[in-house]
Amino acid sequence: MAIAQAIGDTIEDQRTPPPDPKKRGRFTPYLLLLPGMLWLAIFFAVPLVFLFSTSLQTPVAGGEVGEFEQTFNFGNYVDTLTDEYYYVPLFRSFIYSGIATILALLIGYPLAYMIAFKSGRWRNLLLVMVIAPFFVSFLLRTIAWRQILADEGVVVGALRVVGLVGETGGIYPSALAVITGLTYNFLPFMTLPIYASLERVDPRLIEAGSDLYAKPFTGFRKITWPLSMPGVVAGTLLTFIPAAGDYVNAELLGTGKNSMIGNRIQYEFFNVRDYPTMAVLSFVLMACIFVMVLVYVRRVGSKDLV
Amino acid sequence: MSQNPTDDLRTQLLRNAMSRRGFLSAAGATGVAAGLAACGTSSSTDEAASSSETPASTESDTIVWANWTEYLDYKGKTQSYPTLERFEKESGYTVEYKEDIDDNNSFNGKVEPLLQSGQSTGYDLVTPSDSLVSEWIRKGYAAQIDYDNVPNSKNMLPALLDVSWDPGRKYSMTWQSGFTGLAWNEDKIPGGLKSVDDLWDPKLKGKVVVLSEMTDTMGLIMLSQGVDVSQPFTQEQFDAGLAVLQEQIDSGQIKQVRGNGYLQDLRNGQAWAVMGWSGDIFQLNYNPKLPSFGFALPDTGGMLWSDNLVIPTTAQNKVGAEALMDYYYDPKVAAEVAAWVNYACPVEGAREEMQKIDPELADSKWIFPTDALLEQSYVFTSLSPQEEVNYEDQFGRVTQG
Repeated sequence: MAIAQAIGDTIEDQRTPPPDPKKRGRFTPYLLLLPGMLWLAIFFAVPLVFLFSTSLQTPVAGGEVGEFEQTFNFGNYVDTLTDEYYYVPLFRSFIYSGIATILALLIGYPLAYMIAFKSGRWRNLLLVMVIAPFFVSFLLRTIAWRQILADEGVVVGALRVVGLVGETGGIYPSALAVITGLTYNFLPFMTLPIYASLERVDPRLIEAGSDLYAKPFTGFRKITWPLSMPGVVAGTLLTFIPAAGDYVNAELLGTGKNSMIGNRIQYEFFNVRDYPTMAVLSFVLMACIFVMVLVYVRRVGSKDLV
Repeated sequence: MSQNPTDDLRTQLLRNAMSRRGFLSAAGATGVAAGLAACGTSSSTDEAASSSETPASTESDTIVWANWTEYLDYKGKTQSYPTLERFEKESGYTVEYKEDIDDNNSFNGKVEPLLQSGQSTGYDLVTPSDSLVSEWIRKGYAAQIDYDNVPNSKNMLPALLDVSWDPGRKYSMTWQSGFTGLAWNEDKIPGGLKSVDDLWDPKLKGKVVVLSEMTDTMGLIMLSQGVDVSQPFTQEQFDAGLAVLQEQIDSGQIKQVRGNGYLQDLRNGQAWAVMGWSGDIFQLNYNPKLPSFGFALPDTGGMLWSDNLVIPTTAQNKVGAEALMDYYYDPKVAAEVAAWVNYACPVEGAREEMQKIDPELADSKWIFPTDALLEQSYVFTSLSPQEEVNYEDQFGRVTQG
């Protein structure tokens, strides 16, 4: 009885109208935002300012390796962006990560669809299997691809028997190997958001569609696909952005001719110790990604991106 | 020795799986699995890492030493470094031994800001390669060694005493030296390789890997063109060497330009012929499952490099670091280390001690270099900051472009 009473009381409590939000806690939202904003300010905005000021520095005349002085040399941007050595890997980054994103979508969408609609009691197991690779280090998994694609490995061996690959030829290191690595490594980032949106699709909508004589494909095109768009947008962004800045795959699975922008930045930083050029490249990469994402989200629409 | 962090991580993993003579005999019946577990991220390193958080390093009885991986005698069974343990017992110092140097560039990137602002790097003793030591001395990051505390320094091989970047060895003592030469898979290339030009044989197309360390690869190529790289050279001579490299990369003769990772390429047959480091190749040959690998200096000469013990100016325990240097210049101790690492030993008298440990190794010209071998090897000339930046950039444009 007492319990019922208590429950009744709570329900009663909830029924009383909440106090006017305008009066209570005008500052609460800002207070709640504070930790996040501080974090962004300290770990994003401030370093960005430093990075920008570095990008405008010039070497000290006759100075040591890595010794620069603060100037406002915007010429750094012009010099870097007109140099084939720098802009080629920048384009290459976007091409590689673009292809990898499309491939990941082509593989990830059917996979997510299968898990969401057709897996029955295997669903949880399949989801774990999508995530399972994360239990092993990113680096190790990429290195494993080296073994898979190696000249003495199974894949090349088979291709050699068929005659597609010559005696001393191979597929690692190459652009193909780098894109394979990128696709593989970012596949879960594509699959999971798509699964999350597909899972929320009400199957009755599809049933209703077929009751109204929609062919299965029409049903997919008009119902499932639009409803899964938030997942597709999130998935493509989560794949494309980190893939464009990735350097591990190109480092481990490619040659210098497959260098992406990350590799170039790393080389400038550690070997040449040309910090301004490194900063310019980082900034340009960030700007390019920002513009691309903006255009993409505008076109596809971010309204349902929840 | 190599330049990219991921490569080194991988090498570290691979090396842990690799067994060496000394290690095998020590691990004995415990088997490979136990050996792997022991070698992995060894618990001693973990302890060192955790205790470094405490201000223990400021106490005068602790010495923190940064070295490369697999660069000190190690006993898998007890997970300890026998020579280091003996030093601790004899001297009363505690040594935190950290395998923190993966490659010179990234190690320098980590500690230079601290040195620049006069803060402690946390290390009392570090072991970088020649070019970085030279830079540190120039920039004033290396402390002058008080040789009164290092009586065994008299055992340093005379050939090592006068290097251009540290005349009279005021700031550094050699830890180990090694050779850069040609290595090949003997199953695939039974005749072996004799010159750098042999690498460009059309039969090896796509099976050649060269090092991403500029001084090594450019050193060997320029030597093959008759340039003495131990002396200052001209931009034209460098360009001529670079042209060869560019041509071989463009034609696909050179498959990849790699750091430590070239070892993996040799192991799995990805590469048949490489430019490589002496000790590495001998270690590979201790693995009976692999084909045997040959190593030789090219007829036109090979490169000789060293890693050196240096005390940073901001070290907390300079006297302790000097005591440690002194200990490892005892010929008996040096021989024990050399028997394990297989690189060239810088200590006079170690050879006699090696006779007692392993007579076969005492006869190895790669551990105890003969005069003939030393005549064939060259130490890369020290470069000015401007030259270094320029050459690294030009080398990068060819190998990374």
